[in-house]
Amino acid sequence: MRYLPLTEADRGAMLSTIGVDSVDALFSELPTGDPSFDLPDHQGELEVERALTAFARENLSCADAPSFLGAGNYRHHTPASLDYLIQRGEFLTAYTPYQPEISQGTLQTIFEFQTQVALMTDMEVANASMYDGATGCAEAAAMACRVTKRNKILVSGGVHPHYRDVTQTQLKHIGLTIECLAPDPIGIEDLIGRIDDDLACVVVQNPGFFGHLVDLSPLAEECHSHGVLLVACVAEPVSLGLVTAPGTMGADIVVGEGQSLAGPSSFGGPGVGLFATREKFIRQMPGRLCGETTDEDGRRGFVLTLSTREQHIRREKATSNICTNSGLIALAFSIHMTLLGEEGFTKLAAINHANAVTLAERIGVLAGVKVVPQNFFNEFAVTLPKPAADVVDELAVKGILAGVPASRFYPQYEELSNVLLVAATEMTTEAYMDALAAGFKKVL
Amino acid sequence: MTNPNQKNAADASQTVSGHRGLSFEEAIIFEIDTPGSSAVDLPEPEHDRDRLGGLRRRGGVGLPGLSEPDVVRHYTRLSQKNYSIDSGFYPLGSCTMKHNPRLNEKMARLPGLADIHPFQPASTAQGAYRLMDTLAHWLKELTGLPAIALSPAAGAHGELCGLMCIRAALEASGGARSVVLVPESAHGTNPATAAICGYAVESIPGNGNGRVDLNALKERLGPDVAAVMITNPNTCGLFETEAKEIADAVHTAGAYFYMDGANFNAIVGRVTLAELGVDAMHINLHKTFSTPHGGGGPGAGPTVLSEALAAFAPVPFVVHGPRGLAMAEHAGQGEAQHSFGRMKGFQGQFGVFVRALAYMMSFGKDGLRQVSGDAVLNANYLRVRLSEELTASYDGICMHEALFDDRFLKDTGITTLDFAKAMIDEGFHPPTTYFPLVVHGALLMEPTETESKATLDQFCESVLALARKAKRGDAVDDFKNAPVLTPRRRLDETQAARKPVLRWKPMPMPQAAE
Repeated sequence: MRYLPLTEADRGAMLSTIGVDSVDALFSELPTGDPSFDLPDHQGELEVERALTAFARENLSCADAPSFLGAGNYRHHTPASLDYLIQRGEFLTAYTPYQPEISQGTLQTIFEFQTQVALMTDMEVANASMYDGATGCAEAAAMACRVTKRNKILVSGGVHPHYRDVTQTQLKHIGLTIECLAPDPIGIEDLIGRIDDDLACVVVQNPGFFGHLVDLSPLAEECHSHGVLLVACVAEPVSLGLVTAPGTMGADIVVGEGQSLAGPSSFGGPGVGLFATREKFIRQMPGRLCGETTDEDGRRGFVLTLSTREQHIRREKATSNICTNSGLIALAFSIHMTLLGEEGFTKLAAINHANAVTLAERIGVLAGVKVVPQNFFNEFAVTLPKPAADVVDELAVKGILAGVPASRFYPQYEELSNVLLVAATEMTTEAYMDALAAGFKKVL
Repeated sequence: MTNPNQKNAADASQTVSGHRGLSFEEAIIFEIDTPGSSAVDLPEPEHDRDRLGGLRRRGGVGLPGLSEPDVVRHYTRLSQKNYSIDSGFYPLGSCTMKHNPRLNEKMARLPGLADIHPFQPASTAQGAYRLMDTLAHWLKELTGLPAIALSPAAGAHGELCGLMCIRAALEASGGARSVVLVPESAHGTNPATAAICGYAVESIPGNGNGRVDLNALKERLGPDVAAVMITNPNTCGLFETEAKEIADAVHTAGAYFYMDGANFNAIVGRVTLAELGVDAMHINLHKTFSTPHGGGGPGAGPTVLSEALAAFAPVPFVVHGPRGLAMAEHAGQGEAQHSFGRMKGFQGQFGVFVRALAYMMSFGKDGLRQVSGDAVLNANYLRVRLSEELTASYDGICMHEALFDDRFLKDTGITTLDFAKAMIDEGFHPPTTYFPLVVHGALLMEPTETESKATLDQFCESVLALARKAKRGDAVDDFKNAPVLTPRRRLDETQAARKPVLRWKPMPMPQAAE
């Protein structure tokens, strides 16, 4: 078998060194059930390729269809050098940099990543990554409770439903109270009026799940006057190239999903959780942190640091149970940001917004279609004259991926059944917009 | 290009550039900024009509500009400062650093698998659902348990999944209980996870031969105990021979048996968890099933569940419906009526699933049995050969990893850390050090099945020679100074923690509050 270097002769020699008769004899302490498995035997590369390709062919690739899908996962172009660089074996096949002398490559890229994330969010520090935006959101809410020594969390109806669900699930057994407001497609919920001295944090998303862009400054001010932390989620980090950063508006913890800048949708995973905060809170942060130091020759180098927060040292008193995080996707994110640079990143964001504005203008004039948010970045909710899920299914038959129906997340809210989320990125061509507009005309 | 490290670099100062042949000094991207440069050529936006409501970002982000050649060289040079499986032997115990086949990378990049969106209509994603269903079938077959939650993102996340299921099952039948028992040799994630699940953690002692003390466990079991979490094979590299008795005692007490599957590579294809009485176990796809560790993830921690826990599994999961496969996405509804909730955004670590399935199909059931066979053979070969000079912590056959302690370094003035650093100069990644905590100065070596006998022999000869050198007592400084042949020598971790510098700044960074 191609991945196994030992020959029968090797095995024989090694067994005699060990002093046992057979490989099976090494397992004599296991139960002797000798299980049988309903599975095929080994296969060559060609056969495996055929099998996997068959799965792939049953899917409609977003590369082959006008796609307006978003809702927290966005399709962007990535330069060819990005995928080449993350496949360098020295990055791909290394693990957590426990031995810093032979891990300076990974460590320096984490340090650069932390700096990029801090700059983009306008925060002081960022960690080495979380699993994804949703788990990062839960960790941020828990951290806010540790910092404030309070146990009430208020979650806006504009936060991604998966972030809300994960936060509720992950934090339900540690004595916290989590209030999730109803989904807020119109953008009218009153958060400021709900702030009080018992609250640990308010969790918001900007741009919101339904597309709304909001100035968080008044909310941040009200939070701070009550000792409450503002947690801001960013589900589309490309927005940070054009929109005022959450840190600038007063957020205390910023979490986000980095997938859209890191690589393909990959059916939603793996992504990378971005996590940034104020420097005064670093000892309450979850996850790994890379810090600068010097070696014995006085040369600059990097190490994992402040690990007394982490599970391998603190065990049940750790700030989180996270160990393996999303290293390679964080690297991809970081490399893409380096490739874009200041000019490329801000221009990419501007193109996304311009395309979304064009799309809103194109479909907003169609009979029965109404663009909901006044202000948005590259995605917005529209209301349709019939259930959005039906429209999506009818257009999928025509090879158009029209967007994500809100009912997929909120089936229990009838008032959301006609709401559709549509996203435009730099991948959205004029022809795609024509196709969607024509499709809407046919099925609405 | 100037090198900011050069002035302090005593050793590197032998060259004008700071580079030393093929060993390059590489600045931080922010220090090689050429404003206006970019590695992408984007068109101008079609128009500038904005709907930002006055929220346009004021001022720049502060990102550096680099051309594509600069970027490729930067990351290529940084990559060369990393040790990796591709470059050498990486016997990091408990981490299963095995070869990562490139076929799996190629498969994960097929447009029909990479370029699909988590919320595209089910009718356009049947292949993705079927792939997840197939992976679930493989993992259920290999473990003999009837249900699986695919969505946990890593091992610790899988532990949380298992404990959440256990808690939900207990709550459904009377009460959550309050304590989780964890052996003293456990990974730190076990107690950390139990705490997140709202449980107090109590430690169970070992029995002197590296395994859980069954009697001590039985004595502690009671109506307050919710679960017992046991790694098997355990972190000493030993099979818990009384696993079934442990499970029976746990079940008699009305509690659940969580098995930490971090070391599943040792037993894959040879035993089912049903035989061991397991209620839940996570499987690290990035260990046993070879998906790349990526410098610290992404991983995936699918968690298999017994019949008693199956109903409580988290969403999403694939269900067979009248119109083909569908995804149960809402806890409290339909087939997910009793689900404890959602623990991960979207549909789980799909890209990791693709790689793991390609790996499993490559090996098949016959090959996976050979995988565990060779992994355990390699570990025992190391154990026996290295015992010539090193001190193995336990007698007898080990599983996929061999545990040594620092008795062989007694009175040499050399520590496990020094010894590990000397191994770096010999061209090897050190084993896991100082873990598990139950032996003094641990060196935990996991060779995996993808190393040849020639590699193991070379490693043994180097380590044996180092051990003899250490015992001779005339070269303590060589160990204390190691490594010397690396891009950096030992780094000052105390300084890093006392005055944290966690990002680049153009100005000196203010110190963090202690």
